[in-house]
Amino acid sequence: MARSVTTSRKTMTTLFAGTLGLLIFFPVLWIVILSFKSEGDAIKAPLEVLFSTGWTAESYSAVQARSDYPKHFLNSVVIAFGSTLLGLLIAIPAAWAMAFVPAKRTKHVLMWMLSTKMLPPVGVLIPIYLIYRDLGILDSRIGLVFVLMMINLPIIIWMLFTYFREIPGEVLEAARMDGASLREEIIHVLAPMAIPGMASTALLNIILAWNEAFWTLNLTSAKAAPLTAFIASYSSPEGLFYAKLSAASVMAIAPILVLGWFSQKQLVRGLTFGAVK
Amino acid sequence: MATNASRAAARLMISPAVVLLLGWMLVPLGLTLYFSFLRYNLITPGANPFIGWENYYWFLTDPSFKAAMINTLLLVGGVLLITVIGGTMMALLLDQPMWGQGVIRIMVIAPFFVMPTVSGLVWKNMFMNPVNGIFGHLALGLGMEPLSFFSEIPLLSIIFIVSWQWLPFATLILLTALQSLDQEQLEAAEMDGATWVSRFIHVMLPHLARAITVVILIQTIFLLSIFAEILVTTNGGPGTSTTNLTYLIYVSSLLQFDVGMGSAGGVIAIILANIVAIFLMRMIGKNLDA
Repeated sequence: MARSVTTSRKTMTTLFAGTLGLLIFFPVLWIVILSFKSEGDAIKAPLEVLFSTGWTAESYSAVQARSDYPKHFLNSVVIAFGSTLLGLLIAIPAAWAMAFVPAKRTKHVLMWMLSTKMLPPVGVLIPIYLIYRDLGILDSRIGLVFVLMMINLPIIIWMLFTYFREIPGEVLEAARMDGASLREEIIHVLAPMAIPGMASTALLNIILAWNEAFWTLNLTSAKAAPLTAFIASYSSPEGLFYAKLSAASVMAIAPILVLGWFSQKQLVRGLTFGAVK
Repeated sequence: MATNASRAAARLMISPAVVLLLGWMLVPLGLTLYFSFLRYNLITPGANPFIGWENYYWFLTDPSFKAAMINTLLLVGGVLLITVIGGTMMALLLDQPMWGQGVIRIMVIAPFFVMPTVSGLVWKNMFMNPVNGIFGHLALGLGMEPLSFFSEIPLLSIIFIVSWQWLPFATLILLTALQSLDQEQLEAAEMDGATWVSRFIHVMLPHLARAITVVILIQTIFLLSIFAEILVTTNGGPGTSTTNLTYLIYVSSLLQFDVGMGSAGGVIAIILANIVAIFLMRMIGKNLDA
Protein backbone atom coordinates (compact mmCIF):
# COMPACT_ATOMS: atom_id res chain seq x y z
CA MET A 1 0.00 0.00 0.00
CA ALA A 2 1.52 3.26 -1.04
CA ARG A 3 1.62 5.84 1.68
CA SER A 4 -0.61 8.75 0.91
CA VAL A 5 1.11 12.09 0.86
CA THR A 6 -0.63 15.39 0.82
CA THR A 7 -0.16 17.50 -2.27
CA SER A 8 1.16 20.44 -0.30
CA ARG A 9 3.86 18.35 1.31
CA LYS A 10 4.83 16.91 -2.02
CA THR A 11 5.07 20.42 -3.43
CA MET A 12 7.28 21.55 -0.58
CA THR A 13 9.59 18.55 -1.01
CA THR A 14 9.80 19.17 -4.74
CA LEU A 15 10.67 22.83 -4.24
CA PHE A 16 13.29 22.10 -1.60
CA ALA A 17 14.93 19.21 -3.44
CA GLY A 18 14.75 21.11 -6.72
CA THR A 19 16.54 24.10 -5.22
CA LEU A 20 19.25 21.92 -3.71
CA GLY A 21 19.64 20.00 -6.96
CA LEU A 22 19.95 23.23 -8.89
CA LEU A 23 22.60 24.52 -6.48
CA ILE A 24 24.66 21.35 -6.88
CA PHE A 25 24.24 21.44 -10.64
CA PHE A 26 24.84 25.18 -10.88
CA PRO A 27 28.60 25.12 -11.75
CA VAL A 28 27.88 22.95 -14.78
CA LEU A 29 25.00 25.18 -15.84
CA TRP A 30 27.13 28.26 -15.29
CA ILE A 31 29.96 27.21 -17.59
CA VAL A 32 27.42 26.40 -20.30
CA ILE A 33 26.12 29.97 -19.99
CA LEU A 34 29.59 31.54 -19.85
CA SER A 35 30.75 29.57 -22.84
CA PHE A 36 28.25 31.47 -25.00
CA LYS A 37 29.28 34.90 -23.71
CA SER A 38 32.06 37.19 -24.85
CA GLU A 39 35.17 37.30 -22.68
CA GLY A 40 34.25 40.79 -21.53
CA ASP A 41 30.80 39.71 -20.40
CA ALA A 42 32.01 36.51 -18.76
CA ILE A 43 33.77 38.27 -15.88
CA LYS A 44 30.84 40.51 -14.96
CA ALA A 45 28.69 40.01 -11.88
CA PRO A 46 26.38 36.97 -12.18
CA LEU A 47 23.19 38.94 -12.77
CA GLU A 48 24.85 41.16 -15.36
CA VAL A 49 26.12 38.06 -17.13
CA LEU A 50 22.66 36.57 -17.15
CA PHE A 51 20.99 39.69 -18.52
CA SER A 52 23.68 40.78 -20.93
CA THR A 53 22.04 40.19 -24.26
CA GLY A 54 24.99 39.21 -26.38
CA TRP A 55 25.23 35.51 -27.03
CA THR A 56 28.08 34.24 -29.12
CA ALA A 57 29.73 30.97 -30.02
CA GLU A 58 33.07 32.64 -30.71
CA SER A 59 34.74 30.98 -27.71
CA TYR A 60 34.10 27.59 -29.22
CA SER A 61 35.87 28.51 -32.42
CA ALA A 62 38.64 30.25 -30.45
CA VAL A 63 39.31 27.06 -28.49
CA GLN A 64 39.37 25.00 -31.66
CA ALA A 65 41.75 27.40 -33.32
CA ARG A 66 44.12 27.94 -30.47
CA SER A 67 45.15 24.56 -29.29
CA ASP A 68 44.33 21.86 -31.68
CA TYR A 69 41.32 20.82 -29.66
CA PRO A 70 40.24 18.04 -32.07
CA LYS A 71 43.57 16.27 -31.52
CA HIS A 72 43.07 16.16 -27.76
CA PHE A 73 39.47 15.10 -28.16
CA LEU A 74 40.58 12.30 -30.45
CA ASN A 75 43.22 11.27 -27.90
CA SER A 76 40.54 11.04 -25.21
CA VAL A 77 38.34 8.94 -27.47
CA VAL A 78 41.16 6.60 -28.47
CA ILE A 79 42.38 6.19 -24.89
CA ALA A 80 38.95 5.72 -23.31
CA PHE A 81 37.56 3.37 -25.96
CA GLY A 82 40.86 1.60 -26.59
CA SER A 83 41.47 0.78 -22.95
CA THR A 84 37.85 -0.34 -22.55
CA LEU A 85 37.88 -2.64 -25.58
CA LEU A 86 41.21 -4.14 -24.68
CA GLY A 87 40.05 -4.60 -21.08
CA LEU A 88 36.85 -6.33 -22.18
CA LEU A 89 38.81 -8.61 -24.48
CA ILE A 90 40.87 -9.86 -21.55
CA ALA A 91 38.15 -9.69 -18.90
CA ILE A 92 35.28 -11.43 -20.66
CA PRO A 93 36.92 -14.89 -20.84
CA ALA A 94 38.20 -14.55 -17.28
CA ALA A 95 34.90 -13.43 -15.76
CA TRP A 96 33.11 -16.02 -17.83
CA ALA A 97 35.24 -18.87 -16.60
CA MET A 98 35.00 -17.76 -12.98
CA ALA A 99 31.23 -17.40 -13.13
CA PHE A 100 30.44 -20.65 -14.92
CA VAL A 101 33.29 -22.96 -13.94
CA PRO A 102 33.93 -21.87 -10.37
CA ALA A 103 36.81 -23.62 -8.67
CA LYS A 104 37.79 -23.64 -5.02
CA ARG A 105 40.23 -20.80 -5.55
CA THR A 106 37.95 -18.59 -7.64
CA LYS A 107 37.00 -16.40 -4.71
CA HIS A 108 40.63 -15.89 -3.78
CA VAL A 109 41.56 -15.03 -7.34
CA LEU A 110 38.77 -12.46 -7.48
CA MET A 111 39.78 -10.90 -4.18
CA TRP A 112 43.38 -10.77 -5.26
CA MET A 113 42.44 -9.05 -8.51
CA LEU A 114 40.53 -6.49 -6.51
CA SER A 115 43.51 -5.91 -4.26
CA THR A 116 45.59 -4.76 -7.23
CA LYS A 117 43.11 -1.89 -7.60
CA MET A 118 44.00 -0.75 -4.09
CA LEU A 119 47.55 -0.01 -5.11
CA PRO A 120 47.91 3.80 -4.97
CA PRO A 121 49.01 5.00 -8.41
CA VAL A 122 51.66 7.27 -6.94
CA GLY A 123 53.33 4.19 -5.44
CA VAL A 124 54.12 2.82 -8.88
CA LEU A 125 54.44 6.09 -10.79
CA ILE A 126 58.24 6.11 -10.90
CA PRO A 127 58.83 2.61 -12.29
CA ILE A 128 56.11 3.04 -14.91
CA TYR A 129 57.50 6.45 -15.84
CA LEU A 130 61.05 5.11 -16.20
CA ILE A 131 59.98 1.98 -18.09
CA TYR A 132 57.92 4.12 -20.45
CA ARG A 133 60.84 6.49 -20.94
CA ASP A 134 63.17 3.62 -21.79
CA LEU A 135 60.63 2.07 -24.16
CA GLY A 136 60.06 5.46 -25.75
CA ILE A 137 56.30 5.39 -25.10
CA LEU A 138 56.05 8.38 -22.79
CA ASP A 139 53.43 10.71 -24.21
CA SER A 140 52.01 8.03 -26.49
CA ARG A 141 48.44 6.85 -26.82
CA ILE A 142 49.41 3.20 -26.70
CA GLY A 143 51.15 3.73 -23.38
CA LEU A 144 48.09 5.35 -21.84
CA VAL A 145 45.73 2.76 -23.29
CA PHE A 146 47.76 0.09 -21.53
CA VAL A 147 47.96 1.84 -18.15
CA LEU A 148 44.28 2.72 -18.07
CA MET A 149 43.37 -0.79 -19.17
CA MET A 150 45.42 -2.19 -16.29
CA ILE A 151 44.05 0.09 -13.58
CA ASN A 152 40.45 -0.59 -14.62
CA LEU A 153 40.81 -4.30 -15.41
CA PRO A 154 39.85 -5.40 -11.86
CA ILE A 155 36.66 -3.32 -12.04
CA ILE A 156 35.78 -4.74 -15.45
CA ILE A 157 36.32 -8.32 -14.35
CA TRP A 158 34.34 -7.81 -11.16
CA MET A 159 31.44 -6.14 -12.86
CA LEU A 160 31.23 -8.75 -15.58
CA PHE A 161 31.48 -11.46 -12.96
CA THR A 162 28.51 -10.10 -11.01
CA TYR A 163 26.48 -9.94 -14.22
CA PHE A 164 27.48 -13.37 -15.49
CA ARG A 165 26.80 -14.92 -12.11
CA GLU A 166 23.17 -13.93 -12.47
CA ILE A 167 22.77 -15.97 -15.65
CA PRO A 168 21.23 -19.26 -14.55
CA GLY A 169 23.44 -22.22 -15.39
CA GLU A 170 20.38 -24.42 -15.88
CA VAL A 171 19.51 -22.56 -19.04
CA LEU A 172 22.82 -23.64 -20.53
CA GLU A 173 22.33 -27.22 -19.53
CA ALA A 174 18.82 -27.24 -20.95
CA ALA A 175 20.12 -25.92 -24.25
CA ARG A 176 22.81 -28.57 -24.27
CA MET A 177 20.25 -31.29 -23.61
CA ASP A 178 18.20 -30.07 -26.53
CA GLY A 179 21.21 -30.79 -28.67
CA ALA A 180 22.52 -27.27 -29.15
CA SER A 181 26.14 -27.09 -30.27
CA LEU A 182 28.54 -24.91 -28.32
CA ARG A 183 28.36 -22.29 -31.04
CA GLU A 184 24.56 -22.24 -30.99
CA GLU A 185 24.62 -22.19 -27.24
CA ILE A 186 26.78 -19.08 -27.22
CA ILE A 187 24.97 -17.23 -29.99
CA HIS A 188 21.37 -17.99 -29.11
CA VAL A 189 21.37 -18.55 -25.38
CA LEU A 190 24.29 -16.85 -23.70
CA ALA A 191 24.86 -13.75 -25.79
CA PRO A 192 21.37 -12.28 -25.37
CA MET A 193 21.67 -12.65 -21.62
CA ALA A 194 25.24 -11.43 -21.36
CA ILE A 195 25.26 -8.45 -23.70
CA PRO A 196 23.41 -5.97 -21.46
CA GLY A 197 25.91 -6.60 -18.65
CA MET A 198 28.85 -6.21 -21.01
CA ALA A 199 27.41 -2.99 -22.39
CA SER A 200 27.00 -1.41 -18.96
CA THR A 201 30.47 -2.51 -17.96
CA ALA A 202 31.88 -0.89 -21.07
CA LEU A 203 29.92 2.29 -20.41
CA LEU A 204 31.17 2.69 -16.84
CA ASN A 205 34.71 1.96 -17.90
CA ILE A 206 34.64 4.55 -20.68
CA ILE A 207 33.51 7.13 -18.13
CA LEU A 208 36.26 6.21 -15.67
CA ALA A 209 38.94 6.24 -18.36
CA TRP A 210 37.73 9.52 -19.86
CA ASN A 211 38.00 11.30 -16.51
CA GLU A 212 41.19 9.65 -15.26
CA ALA A 213 43.56 12.43 -14.31
CA PHE A 214 46.59 11.00 -12.59
CA TRP A 215 48.23 8.90 -15.26
CA THR A 216 47.01 11.07 -18.13
CA LEU A 217 48.59 14.15 -16.54
CA ASN A 218 51.84 12.48 -15.57
CA LEU A 219 52.55 10.39 -18.65
CA THR A 220 51.70 12.90 -21.37
CA SER A 221 53.06 16.27 -22.35
CA ALA A 222 51.65 17.28 -25.72
CA LYS A 223 51.30 14.65 -28.40
CA ALA A 224 49.07 12.15 -26.62
CA ALA A 225 47.48 14.51 -24.10
CA PRO A 226 43.77 13.79 -23.71
CA LEU A 227 41.21 16.39 -22.63
CA THR A 228 42.04 16.11 -18.91
CA ALA A 229 45.58 17.31 -19.65
CA PHE A 230 44.46 19.82 -22.28
CA ILE A 231 42.13 21.51 -19.76
CA ALA A 232 44.96 21.58 -17.22
CA SER A 233 46.87 23.87 -19.59
CA TYR A 234 44.35 26.57 -18.62
CA SER A 235 45.69 26.58 -15.07
CA SER A 236 48.13 29.35 -15.93
CA PRO A 237 45.79 32.21 -16.75
CA GLU A 238 46.44 34.56 -19.62
CA GLY A 239 44.31 37.69 -19.95
CA LEU A 240 40.60 37.10 -20.19
CA PHE A 241 39.92 33.41 -20.58
CA TYR A 242 36.72 32.54 -18.67
CA ALA A 243 34.60 32.10 -21.78
CA LYS A 244 37.26 30.05 -23.52
CA LEU A 245 37.84 27.89 -20.43
CA SER A 246 34.07 27.39 -20.21
CA ALA A 247 33.76 26.40 -23.83
CA ALA A 248 36.68 23.96 -23.57
CA SER A 249 35.23 22.50 -20.37
CA VAL A 250 31.75 22.08 -21.82
CA MET A 251 33.15 20.23 -24.80
CA ALA A 252 35.26 18.05 -22.52
CA ILE A 253 32.49 17.01 -20.14
CA ALA A 254 29.39 16.99 -22.35
CA PRO A 255 29.87 13.56 -23.95
CA ILE A 256 30.55 11.85 -20.66
CA LEU A 257 27.75 13.67 -18.83
CA VAL A 258 25.32 12.21 -21.32
CA LEU A 259 26.77 8.71 -21.02
CA GLY A 260 26.87 9.03 -17.25
CA TRP A 261 23.21 9.85 -16.93
CA PHE A 262 22.41 6.61 -18.70
CA SER A 263 24.60 4.57 -16.41
CA GLN A 264 23.52 5.60 -12.90
CA LYS A 265 22.52 2.09 -11.85
CA GLN A 266 25.64 0.43 -13.24
CA LEU A 267 27.75 3.03 -11.54
CA VAL A 268 26.63 1.85 -8.12
CA ARG A 269 27.18 -1.79 -8.91
CA GLY A 270 30.52 -1.24 -10.62
CA LEU A 271 32.09 1.10 -8.13
CA THR A 272 31.05 -0.88 -5.07
CA PHE A 273 32.18 -4.17 -6.63
CA GLY A 274 28.69 -5.58 -6.20
CA ALA A 275 28.55 -4.77 -2.48
CA VAL A 276 25.60 -2.44 -3.02
CA LYS A 277 23.01 -3.26 -5.66
CA MET B 1 29.11 -29.85 -13.18
CA ALA B 2 32.51 -29.03 -14.49
CA THR B 3 34.54 -31.64 -16.25
CA ASN B 4 38.32 -31.73 -16.20
CA ALA B 5 38.37 -30.49 -19.76
CA SER B 6 36.23 -27.48 -18.93
CA ARG B 7 38.39 -26.76 -15.90
CA ALA B 8 41.46 -26.68 -18.07
CA ALA B 9 39.67 -24.40 -20.51
CA ALA B 10 38.61 -22.16 -17.64
CA ARG B 11 42.17 -21.84 -16.41
CA LEU B 12 43.25 -20.93 -19.90
CA MET B 13 40.57 -18.25 -20.07
CA ILE B 14 41.57 -16.72 -16.76
CA SER B 15 45.31 -16.80 -17.31
CA PRO B 16 45.78 -13.69 -19.50
CA ALA B 17 44.08 -11.53 -16.87
CA VAL B 18 46.04 -13.15 -14.04
CA VAL B 19 49.38 -12.86 -15.81
CA LEU B 20 48.80 -9.21 -16.70
CA LEU B 21 47.65 -8.20 -13.24
CA LEU B 22 50.45 -10.14 -11.61
CA GLY B 23 52.99 -8.39 -13.80
CA TRP B 24 51.31 -5.03 -13.24
CA MET B 25 51.53 -5.56 -9.51
CA LEU B 26 54.92 -7.21 -9.08
CA VAL B 27 57.13 -5.40 -11.59
CA PRO B 28 56.44 -1.79 -10.55
CA LEU B 29 56.09 -2.73 -6.91
CA GLY B 30 59.42 -4.54 -6.92
CA LEU B 31 61.10 -1.67 -8.73
CA THR B 32 59.66 0.94 -6.36
CA LEU B 33 60.93 -1.06 -3.43
CA TYR B 34 64.33 -1.48 -5.08
CA PHE B 35 64.71 2.20 -6.03
CA SER B 36 63.74 3.25 -2.51
CA PHE B 37 67.03 1.86 -1.23
CA LEU B 38 69.19 3.57 -3.86
CA ARG B 39 70.69 7.01 -4.17
CA TYR B 40 69.13 7.62 -7.54
CA ASN B 41 68.61 11.09 -8.97
CA LEU B 42 67.89 11.61 -12.66
CA ILE B 43 69.85 14.87 -12.70
CA THR B 44 73.08 13.36 -11.38
CA PRO B 45 73.90 10.48 -13.71
CA GLY B 46 76.29 7.73 -12.76
CA ALA B 47 76.18 4.87 -10.33
CA ASN B 48 73.19 4.48 -8.10
CA PRO B 49 74.67 3.15 -4.87
CA PHE B 50 72.72 1.20 -2.30
CA ILE B 51 72.14 3.41 0.73
CA GLY B 52 69.88 1.35 2.96
CA TRP B 53 67.13 3.22 4.76
CA GLU B 54 68.55 6.66 4.09
CA ASN B 55 65.75 7.73 1.70
CA TYR B 56 63.16 6.66 4.23
CA TYR B 57 64.97 8.55 6.94
CA TRP B 58 65.08 11.79 4.93
CA PHE B 59 61.56 11.40 3.63
CA LEU B 60 60.06 10.73 7.05
CA THR B 61 61.98 13.46 8.87
CA ASP B 62 61.32 16.11 6.24
CA PRO B 63 58.88 18.68 7.71
CA SER B 64 56.90 18.57 4.49
CA PHE B 65 56.17 14.88 5.13
CA LYS B 66 54.50 15.73 8.41
CA ALA B 67 52.59 18.54 6.72
CA ALA B 68 51.58 16.23 3.89
CA MET B 69 50.33 13.55 6.30
CA ILE B 70 48.23 16.08 8.18
CA ASN B 71 46.87 17.53 4.95
CA THR B 72 46.06 14.06 3.64
CA LEU B 73 44.19 13.21 6.84
CA LEU B 74 42.30 16.52 6.81
CA LEU B 75 41.46 16.19 3.13
CA VAL B 76 40.25 12.59 3.37
CA GLY B 77 38.51 13.12 6.72
CA GLY B 78 36.90 16.40 5.74
CA VAL B 79 35.56 15.12 2.44
CA LEU B 80 34.29 11.93 4.07
CA LEU B 81 32.49 13.89 6.77
CA ILE B 82 30.82 16.22 4.29
CA THR B 83 29.90 13.59 1.72
CA VAL B 84 28.63 10.93 4.13
CA ILE B 85 26.45 13.30 6.15
CA GLY B 86 25.42 15.33 3.11
CA GLY B 87 24.90 12.18 1.05
CA THR B 88 22.69 10.58 3.71
CA MET B 89 20.56 13.70 3.89
CA MET B 90 20.34 13.99 0.12
CA ALA B 91 19.41 10.31 -0.18
CA LEU B 92 16.67 10.65 2.47
CA LEU B 93 15.37 13.72 0.67
CA LEU B 94 15.41 12.14 -2.79
CA ASP B 95 13.63 9.08 -1.42
CA GLN B 96 10.59 11.24 -0.57
CA PRO B 97 7.72 11.44 -3.02
CA MET B 98 8.11 14.47 -5.28
CA TRP B 99 7.52 15.63 -8.81
CA GLY B 100 10.30 15.50 -11.35
CA GLN B 101 12.45 13.22 -9.23
CA GLY B 102 14.31 11.95 -12.28
CA VAL B 103 15.37 15.44 -13.32
CA ILE B 104 16.46 16.40 -9.81
CA ARG B 105 18.44 13.19 -9.52
CA ILE B 106 20.23 13.89 -12.77
CA MET B 107 21.22 17.35 -11.55
CA VAL B 108 22.53 15.97 -8.25
CA ILE B 109 24.59 13.26 -9.93
CA ALA B 110 26.18 15.48 -12.59
CA PRO B 111 29.31 16.61 -10.66
CA PHE B 112 30.58 13.04 -10.49
CA PHE B 113 31.02 12.99 -14.26
CA VAL B 114 32.96 16.23 -14.44
CA MET B 115 36.65 15.50 -14.94
CA PRO B 116 38.88 16.59 -12.02
CA THR B 117 40.83 19.19 -13.97
CA VAL B 118 37.62 20.87 -15.11
CA SER B 119 36.06 21.02 -11.65
CA GLY B 120 39.30 22.32 -10.15
CA LEU B 121 39.66 25.11 -12.69
CA VAL B 122 35.99 26.04 -12.80
CA TRP B 123 35.73 26.43 -9.03
CA LYS B 124 39.05 28.22 -8.84
CA ASN B 125 38.29 30.78 -11.55
CA MET B 126 34.56 31.19 -11.94
CA PHE B 127 33.66 30.91 -8.25
CA MET B 128 36.58 31.40 -5.89
CA ASN B 129 38.50 34.08 -7.75
CA PRO B 130 38.22 37.10 -5.43
CA VAL B 131 37.91 39.62 -8.28
CA ASN B 132 35.91 37.95 -11.04
CA GLY B 133 34.44 34.91 -9.31
CA ILE B 134 30.81 34.57 -8.30
CA PHE B 135 31.64 34.37 -4.59
CA GLY B 136 33.61 37.60 -4.91
CA HIS B 137 30.69 39.33 -6.63
CA LEU B 138 28.30 38.00 -3.99
CA ALA B 139 30.50 39.24 -1.15
CA LEU B 140 30.71 42.70 -2.72
CA GLY B 141 26.95 42.69 -3.20
CA LEU B 142 26.49 41.97 0.49
CA GLY B 143 28.98 44.68 1.38
CA MET B 144 31.68 42.28 2.53
CA GLU B 145 35.33 41.94 1.63
CA PRO B 146 35.79 39.19 -1.01
CA LEU B 147 37.66 36.20 0.32
CA SER B 148 40.84 35.12 -1.42
CA PHE B 149 40.08 31.42 -1.09
CA PHE B 150 43.33 29.84 -2.20
CA SER B 151 45.59 32.07 -0.14
CA GLU B 152 43.48 32.31 3.01
CA ILE B 153 41.76 28.91 3.27
CA PRO B 154 43.55 26.84 0.63
CA LEU B 155 42.97 23.37 2.07
CA LEU B 156 39.34 24.08 2.93
CA SER B 157 38.79 25.27 -0.63
CA ILE B 158 40.15 22.00 -1.99
CA ILE B 159 38.09 19.98 0.49
CA PHE B 160 35.05 21.88 -0.76
CA ILE B 161 35.79 21.18 -4.43
CA VAL B 162 36.48 17.50 -3.86
CA SER B 163 33.34 17.18 -1.73
CA TRP B 164 31.32 18.63 -4.57
CA GLN B 165 32.70 15.91 -6.83
CA TRP B 166 32.05 13.05 -4.41
CA LEU B 167 28.72 14.04 -2.87
CA PRO B 168 26.86 12.50 -5.84
CA PHE B 169 28.65 9.20 -5.36
CA ALA B 170 27.63 8.96 -1.69
CA THR B 171 24.10 10.12 -2.49
CA LEU B 172 23.65 7.63 -5.30
CA ILE B 173 24.87 4.64 -3.31
CA LEU B 174 22.95 5.53 -0.17
CA LEU B 175 19.82 6.18 -2.22
CA THR B 176 20.17 2.77 -3.86
CA ALA B 177 20.53 1.18 -0.44
CA LEU B 178 17.59 3.14 0.95
CA GLN B 179 15.34 2.03 -1.87
CA SER B 180 15.99 -1.61 -1.04
CA LEU B 181 14.64 -1.02 2.46
CA ASP B 182 11.53 -3.00 3.25
CA GLN B 183 8.67 -0.46 3.18
CA GLU B 184 6.48 -2.64 5.41
CA GLN B 185 9.03 -2.45 8.16
CA LEU B 186 8.86 1.32 8.06
CA GLU B 187 5.09 1.32 8.01
CA ALA B 188 4.96 -1.06 10.96
CA ALA B 189 7.24 1.25 12.91
CA GLU B 190 5.10 4.19 11.94
CA MET B 191 1.90 2.46 13.10
CA ASP B 192 3.56 1.66 16.39
CA GLY B 193 3.83 5.38 16.81
CA ALA B 194 7.56 5.72 16.20
CA THR B 195 8.55 9.28 15.38
CA TRP B 196 10.51 10.07 12.24
CA VAL B 197 13.69 10.44 14.26
CA SER B 198 13.38 7.07 15.96
CA ARG B 199 12.41 5.44 12.66
CA PHE B 200 15.58 6.89 11.17
CA ILE B 201 17.79 5.75 14.04
CA HIS B 202 16.32 2.31 14.58
CA VAL B 203 15.22 1.22 11.12
CA MET B 204 16.95 3.23 8.39
CA LEU B 205 20.39 3.77 9.87
CA PRO B 206 21.06 0.08 10.64
CA HIS B 207 19.96 -0.73 7.10
CA LEU B 208 22.27 1.96 5.71
CA ALA B 209 25.25 1.01 7.88
CA ARG B 210 26.69 -1.37 5.33
CA ALA B 211 26.32 1.06 2.43
CA ILE B 212 27.88 3.85 4.50
CA THR B 213 30.86 1.63 5.26
CA VAL B 214 31.27 0.85 1.58
CA VAL B 215 31.08 4.55 0.71
CA ILE B 216 33.72 5.41 3.31
CA LEU B 217 36.14 2.69 2.25
CA ILE B 218 35.86 3.22 -1.49
CA GLN B 219 36.05 6.98 -1.24
CA THR B 220 39.10 6.70 1.00
CA ILE B 221 40.92 4.68 -1.65
CA PHE B 222 40.23 7.39 -4.22
CA LEU B 223 40.70 10.35 -1.87
CA LEU B 224 44.16 9.22 -0.81
CA SER B 225 45.16 9.70 -4.45
CA ILE B 226 43.72 13.18 -5.03
CA PHE B 227 46.10 14.85 -7.44
CA ALA B 228 44.66 16.76 -10.38
CA GLU B 229 42.53 19.11 -8.26
CA ILE B 230 45.64 20.21 -6.37
CA LEU B 231 47.79 20.46 -9.49
CA VAL B 232 45.47 22.86 -11.30
CA THR B 233 44.48 25.02 -8.32
CA THR B 234 47.30 25.52 -5.82
CA ASN B 235 50.26 23.40 -6.94
CA GLY B 236 50.42 22.21 -3.35
CA GLY B 237 50.85 25.71 -1.94
CA PRO B 238 51.01 28.22 -0.51
CA GLY B 239 54.07 26.60 1.03
CA THR B 240 52.99 23.05 1.69
CA SER B 241 49.51 23.92 2.94
CA THR B 242 47.71 21.88 0.28
CA THR B 243 50.37 19.25 -0.39
CA ASN B 244 49.02 15.78 0.27
CA LEU B 245 51.08 12.61 0.24
CA THR B 246 50.39 11.90 -3.42
CA TYR B 247 51.40 15.42 -4.42
CA LEU B 248 54.54 15.35 -2.25
CA ILE B 249 55.73 12.17 -3.93
CA TYR B 250 54.96 13.68 -7.33
CA VAL B 251 57.05 16.71 -6.43
CA SER B 252 60.06 14.76 -5.25
CA SER B 253 60.05 12.28 -8.10
CA LEU B 254 58.88 14.11 -11.23
CA LEU B 255 59.79 17.69 -10.33
CA GLN B 256 62.98 17.13 -8.33
CA PHE B 257 63.86 13.94 -10.21
CA ASP B 258 64.76 12.20 -6.95
CA VAL B 259 63.77 8.65 -7.85
CA GLY B 260 65.06 7.17 -4.59
CA MET B 261 63.23 9.60 -2.34
CA GLY B 262 60.04 9.43 -4.41
CA SER B 263 60.13 5.65 -4.25
CA ALA B 264 60.52 5.65 -0.49
CA GLY B 265 57.44 7.90 -0.36
CA GLY B 266 55.67 5.56 -2.74
CA VAL B 267 56.30 2.59 -0.48
CA ILE B 268 54.87 4.53 2.46
CA ALA B 269 51.79 5.47 0.41
CA ILE B 270 51.31 1.82 -0.51
CA ILE B 271 51.47 0.75 3.13
CA LEU B 272 48.91 3.38 4.14
CA ALA B 273 46.53 2.44 1.34
CA ASN B 274 46.82 -1.20 2.29
CA ILE B 275 45.59 -0.55 5.79
CA VAL B 276 42.37 0.85 4.32
CA ALA B 277 42.24 -1.84 1.68
CA ILE B 278 42.24 -4.68 4.19
CA PHE B 279 39.01 -3.44 5.73
CA LEU B 280 37.40 -2.87 2.36
CA MET B 281 38.36 -6.33 1.14
CA ARG B 282 36.78 -7.94 4.18
CA MET B 283 33.49 -6.17 3.48
CA ILE B 284 33.45 -7.21 -0.15
CA GLY B 285 34.63 -10.72 0.61
CA LYS B 286 31.68 -11.25 2.93
CA ASN B 287 29.34 -10.25 0.16
CA LEU B 288 30.84 -12.84 -2.15
CA ASP B 289 29.76 -15.64 0.14
CA ALA B 290 26.20 -14.44 0.28
